[in-house]
Amino acid sequence: MSASPDTPEVVDPAAASPVAPGLGDQYDTYARQHRARLFGMWVFLVSELLIFAGLFSLYAAYRAEYGADFAAGIEHNNATYGTINTLVLITSSFTVAAAVHAVRGGRTRTAARLLYVTIAIGAVFLVIKGLEYSTHLHEGFAPGPYYSNTELPQFGARMFFTLYYIATGLHGLHVVVGLGLLAFVAWKAHRLRYDEYHHVGVEMAGLYWHLVDVIWIFLWPVLYLMG
Amino acid sequence: MTDAPTPAVTSDAGEEPIPVEPDYLHAERGVLSWLLTKDHKRIAIMYYAAIVLSLILGGIFALVIRLELLTPERTIIDATTYNRMFTLHGVTMVWLFLLPGIPSIFGNFILPIQLGARDLAFPRLNLMSWYLFVIGACLLLGGMIAGGADTGWTFYVPYSSLTPTAVTPIGIGIFILGFSSITTAVNFVATTHLLRTRGLGWFQMPLFVWALYATSLIILLATPVLGLVLILVAVDHSLHFGIFDPKYGGDPVLFQHLFWFYSHPAVYIMILPAMGIISETVSTFSRRRPFSYNAIAYASLGIAFIGFLTWGHHMFVAGMSEWTAGVFGILSMFVGIFSAIKVFTWTGTLHRGSIRFTTPMVFFFSWLFLFVFGGMTGIAIATQSLDVHWHDTYFIVAHFHYIMVGGALTAFLGGAHYWFPKMFGRLYNERVGLASATGVFLGFVLTFTPQFLLGNAGMPRRYYSYPPEFQWLNVLSTGGAVLLAGALLLTLINLLVALKWGERAGANPWGSRSYEWQTPSPPPTHNFPTSPTFSRGPYDYDLTEEEARERIA
Repeated sequence: MSASPDTPEVVDPAAASPVAPGLGDQYDTYARQHRARLFGMWVFLVSELLIFAGLFSLYAAYRAEYGADFAAGIEHNNATYGTINTLVLITSSFTVAAAVHAVRGGRTRTAARLLYVTIAIGAVFLVIKGLEYSTHLHEGFAPGPYYSNTELPQFGARMFFTLYYIATGLHGLHVVVGLGLLAFVAWKAHRLRYDEYHHVGVEMAGLYWHLVDVIWIFLWPVLYLMG
Repeated sequence: MTDAPTPAVTSDAGEEPIPVEPDYLHAERGVLSWLLTKDHKRIAIMYYAAIVLSLILGGIFALVIRLELLTPERTIIDATTYNRMFTLHGVTMVWLFLLPGIPSIFGNFILPIQLGARDLAFPRLNLMSWYLFVIGACLLLGGMIAGGADTGWTFYVPYSSLTPTAVTPIGIGIFILGFSSITTAVNFVATTHLLRTRGLGWFQMPLFVWALYATSLIILLATPVLGLVLILVAVDHSLHFGIFDPKYGGDPVLFQHLFWFYSHPAVYIMILPAMGIISETVSTFSRRRPFSYNAIAYASLGIAFIGFLTWGHHMFVAGMSEWTAGVFGILSMFVGIFSAIKVFTWTGTLHRGSIRFTTPMVFFFSWLFLFVFGGMTGIAIATQSLDVHWHDTYFIVAHFHYIMVGGALTAFLGGAHYWFPKMFGRLYNERVGLASATGVFLGFVLTFTPQFLLGNAGMPRRYYSYPPEFQWLNVLSTGGAVLLAGALLLTLINLLVALKWGERAGANPWGSRSYEWQTPSPPPTHNFPTSPTFSRGPYDYDLTEEEARERIA
């Protein structure tokens, strides 16, 4: 009872760090603040997953209705593009994990470089996606009423491509948001605002980026491989 | 106002500790100190202002609908305006009052204090959620004024993707409101996990926290699906992608599945926090620990879980097989079991308690009656053979208003009175409070009971005109609505008057053992004068006053 809660007995090395950000009034220690932020991010990611879960159920329901047409649509999708993009995103997940590892060890400069590399690889993903979109539009595979391709069965293939655009579009939006987060933490790392005690921002951006990757790993088979 | 009765227990009030910092209302001055605040209590008050305004708007829309239905044909507005009016009423009440109401106001204010925390885990995110709420509300109401919507709050396709009204901005507005809900839920979950003060284990938490925790889980898992589906409707409406349009191979029934996958659990987003308030009220005003703490806590989680498996009961007439409908019907009745466990626990808590008939307690008793009545009719309509008869009639309207108004709104008002002294440091006039609580109950029963009879006689919901033989029941219902509106107005005036002229409340005017009453009213910015250690439960009425106080240090 006598020990005041505001004066911890052990000196907190995190508090002594020159890059220490403000400690929220509601936290007793930095450790707890970091844990809360990471935990909050995980909870938010669960919520994000449910958006895509809705989309996957939509896909499953329509696929059950138009199985053959969906298969024909998938056959027409370029699996090479999809597969290259999968490899691209997995590579970027590796580099962001390496960045987190580096900053945990206090190597902030290395982390900044790795984050820049991750951003570049993420941009490559978007470029490939853009090329793919333009090929599709050229062949008349546009969503909904703008669909003008005549080779494939009408109803199901049209619905497949509508869902394809919505799924990849929503995922693309997440890629853009992820790149924004990575750019923010890369810039802070570049200015050496992180060290081995304070780098929860890098961890959070990393988690988000892994989510983007994981969702793609599920989109890849249903949009390119299950023909 | 001098004749306000003194609450039964005031002994705690006299020995209030001298606050070491000014209370949260006086900690800073100026409009900016509110608009940029990160204090959960101030954000709760800002939510209070915005949400009460929405409630008033939604109530006015309801009155217009009821006045129109006074006569079988046109009374005050034409059919098109009527269609927009019931949409406006539903959308405003669901998304701007019922869903955010209790969590964003009372949850925001009380949850951190009940956990002994100095704030929520992410105060900036909390402020952001308020701004998102305001932006979403403006988009929604702006869309309503600019083009209106005549789809009903359910936005069923294909009509919602074809109507010329402003479905797109409203869909986007609701998406943003959903985002605001999700950020609040992330905050509550993280705070409950990581910011409980010393000595506070999971099963010593006040039951209001359990209710909010279960609610947050539903918000996190269901809201994103609604966000997705309304964005898809907006895309269908503005870009004509035809995701749910049969012309392009789309399936309108799929929309209903996705919509109700969210919107049925959303009912529990509305009712679970209400049950949390009820648990607190019962224990405080009967000075008894809950008959079974664990039963209430686990039943909250049970409702949250089973709520995800019942959405099909909204679609018994949408071409669902009898087998599927039967399964959904049985799963829906499980909700009745969990709710009954809670109801029996609350009544068990009353047994041999020293009950005081204060305003929040009167709200509790009317809540109990209305909730049981609404719940029993809910069991009836979960039966497919009966639902086919009642589907889309006033019976359904009456049923869900018994739960939404009788359940959620009544508990909201109970909470507003129960925590009023804590939030503003003053007492409201008890006699006026009792009168308004009674008025709300009578007005409510008079409004919605005739609607059960109308529905059973076959009057469909959302219709502009009706056969003349239904008129007397409609007149009764409209009369009840006017009485209800009057009682709500009285409540508002009573609380607003108390805000300025109410008698000063001590820290603990109700003599409650729950943690939020162990700090001054209104609480200081960091909630407790010093960071507390809780070495007793929130309902330990078997301890003496002295012991109970000593174990909060």
